[in-house]
Amino acid sequence: MSAIMDMKQIRKVYQTGKVTFEALRGIDIQVERGESVAVVGPSGSGKSTLMNLMGCLDVLTSGEYKLDGELVNTLTSNQLADIRNKKVGFVFQAFNLLPYATAYENIEIPLLFARVTGRKRRQRVTELLARVGLADKAANKPTEMSGGEMQRVAIARALANDPEIILADEPTGNLDSASGGEIVKLFNELWKQGKTIIIITHDASIAGQTQRIIRLKDGAVDGNGDLR
Amino acid sequence: MNIAVIYNVFVRDFRKQKKRIALTLIALTWGTISIMLLLGFGEGLQQQLVTNQRGMGESISVLWGGQTTIPFKGLGKGRHIALHKEDPAYLKERIPEIQYIGGEYQRWGVEVRYGDQVVTEHITGITPEFEQMRNHIADRGGRMINQLDIDLRRRVVFLGDELKRRLFGDENAVGEMILMRSVPFTVIGVQAPKMQMNSYSGSDEDKASIPATTFKAVFGDPWLDNIVYQPYDVNQMKIVERQIYEAMGAKYKFDPNDEDALRIWDVAESQREMHNILLGIEIFLGIIGGLTLLIAGVGVANIMYVSIKERTREIGIKMAVGARRSYILAQFLIEALIITFFGGFGGMTISYVLTEGFKRIPIQSDVLDFMGRPTISLEIGLIVVAILGIMGLLSGLFPAMRAASISPVESLRYE
Ligand SMILES: Nc1ncnc2c1ncn2[C@@H]1O[C@H](COP(=O)(O)OP(=O)(O)OP(=O)(O)O)[C@@H](O)[C@H]1O
Ligand SMILES: [Mg+2]
Repeated sequence: MSAIMDMKQIRKVYQTGKVTFEALRGIDIQVERGESVAVVGPSGSGKSTLMNLMGCLDVLTSGEYKLDGELVNTLTSNQLADIRNKKVGFVFQAFNLLPYATAYENIEIPLLFARVTGRKRRQRVTELLARVGLADKAANKPTEMSGGEMQRVAIARALANDPEIILADEPTGNLDSASGGEIVKLFNELWKQGKTIIIITHDASIAGQTQRIIRLKDGAVDGNGDLR
Repeated sequence: MNIAVIYNVFVRDFRKQKKRIALTLIALTWGTISIMLLLGFGEGLQQQLVTNQRGMGESISVLWGGQTTIPFKGLGKGRHIALHKEDPAYLKERIPEIQYIGGEYQRWGVEVRYGDQVVTEHITGITPEFEQMRNHIADRGGRMINQLDIDLRRRVVFLGDELKRRLFGDENAVGEMILMRSVPFTVIGVQAPKMQMNSYSGSDEDKASIPATTFKAVFGDPWLDNIVYQPYDVNQMKIVERQIYEAMGAKYKFDPNDEDALRIWDVAESQREMHNILLGIEIFLGIIGGLTLLIAGVGVANIMYVSIKERTREIGIKMAVGARRSYILAQFLIEALIITFFGGFGGMTISYVLTEGFKRIPIQSDVLDFMGRPTISLEIGLIVVAILGIMGLLSGLFPAMRAASISPVESLRYE
């Protein structure tokens, strides 16, 4: 079985004015289809940087990244947009919902860009709202929801076009343990349904529920496998 | 690029961002209105100034007698030179550049009576040429003095509109009889209302004008008070002036270079000065208009700019969930076009309504008269809207282009 994600010698260098900083220093990672992986490591070790590259939200400095067999480095901006739209769903620590839009409308956005029309779109949004247990919050704006509810909207949005891969960057970081637990439960269900889940976390109990843990340190892989 | 996607996202966002869009619309509308009104009223004021200037007559000169200062052919200096009733014809005969010329008698403090109404006013004796030269245009139902009146020394009078009002009120005056110095005169016409800023003998609206020949017969003045003339071409004013000195010098025996032997007021010259003032006003208004435009533009740009951080994040979010660059940019463009269209259209309409409303203010007032009729121009409106629209578009589009060209992560992180 070929890896759905295949990273070879990935480097990411940030440039701030004249200062350059190498956040990733040659990373090799493979993720199999349907796997659940936790990425852990100290703050500043490059977890988010890695995740952003995996989700095609940022461009790598050097190395080779194959996503589902396609070499990401060579894709056009429109092709990358389509990958973000359909192949990967991204869940952020800070939710990143449109502030002026309701839960319903936030979930609808990826469907709009995927040109899902009319009744199909309405059906899908309603289905997703029910899936994350927010059927009654469809008309609420982000300011009218709790952190846990916002994160569930974000997950529903990530699921909108039924992507194979879900990437989550500290999805419970801003939540209390109860609503964090709900979110983790959701990810577990998704994994059981066959999605590939990659989740960054500082929480050992969350990491413990995944199949594999990748530990980063100073921009390099410091451990890979069952680190429990 | 898919139109349906752009349309869907656009319509939704547009509804969701009413406040920002309303503010931009107001700024654009406000800017358009202020500039259009400024320039519109400026234009009206200018036209009014020109009209007022014309009240006394355009391209005319007024000639008075004088006193010699240079001895001439054995004659001493200090002699008075008076104008005689034959002089206008004499000058016209010798100076082909003159189109119209006429002599004028003046007399102040004449008792004018109609029924019980008695006023003491200013009487002039004039010729038909004054209709052209001095804008003695009769209001409907009346006429100015004509050649027959002159030839037959008719006792007819052409009344200034204000004098007519004092004597007759709102009643009809034409055909009525008035007494001047107890001599009966028939009113043949009333001056059509006009704005007059210049004068050499008081405002025309207060005068009673009668044929020069009648004047001489009734009042017996030996000399003309002044002569008014108008050359075919206003640029020949100086040439005509020189020839008048030559001709009159020959006739009355004074040195043609004796400036003080005659006095001439070249009204056209002061009109040229007026034109410079008008030009000054125009430049001034242009500068103020430009500055206002700049302020309005900065206002529009500012509103766009203030929302950059917010919008950059939104663009980041949309890109992160699969928006293509073209969707983002198309949305901005459409939004800017719609705002510009409605703001500009609204501003122009409101300006139009305001100026039309102003013109219809029923109150009679010298101030309003002086303000004239504001004239807004469609071209200026379109230019203003275009400039404001472009400023707004650029200030919104550049950040949007930037946000769409960097990676979604960078947009999301934008501070
Ligand atoms: N845009 C950027 N410009 C410059 N340096 C950056 C940028 N983003 C991240 N870095 C640096 O890269 C390193 C890795 O950052 P990253 O966000 O990937 O860490 P992390 O492992 O996610 O940390 P945390 O657990 O605190 O979220 C850090 O030292 C950070 O300062
Ligand atoms: Mg991080």
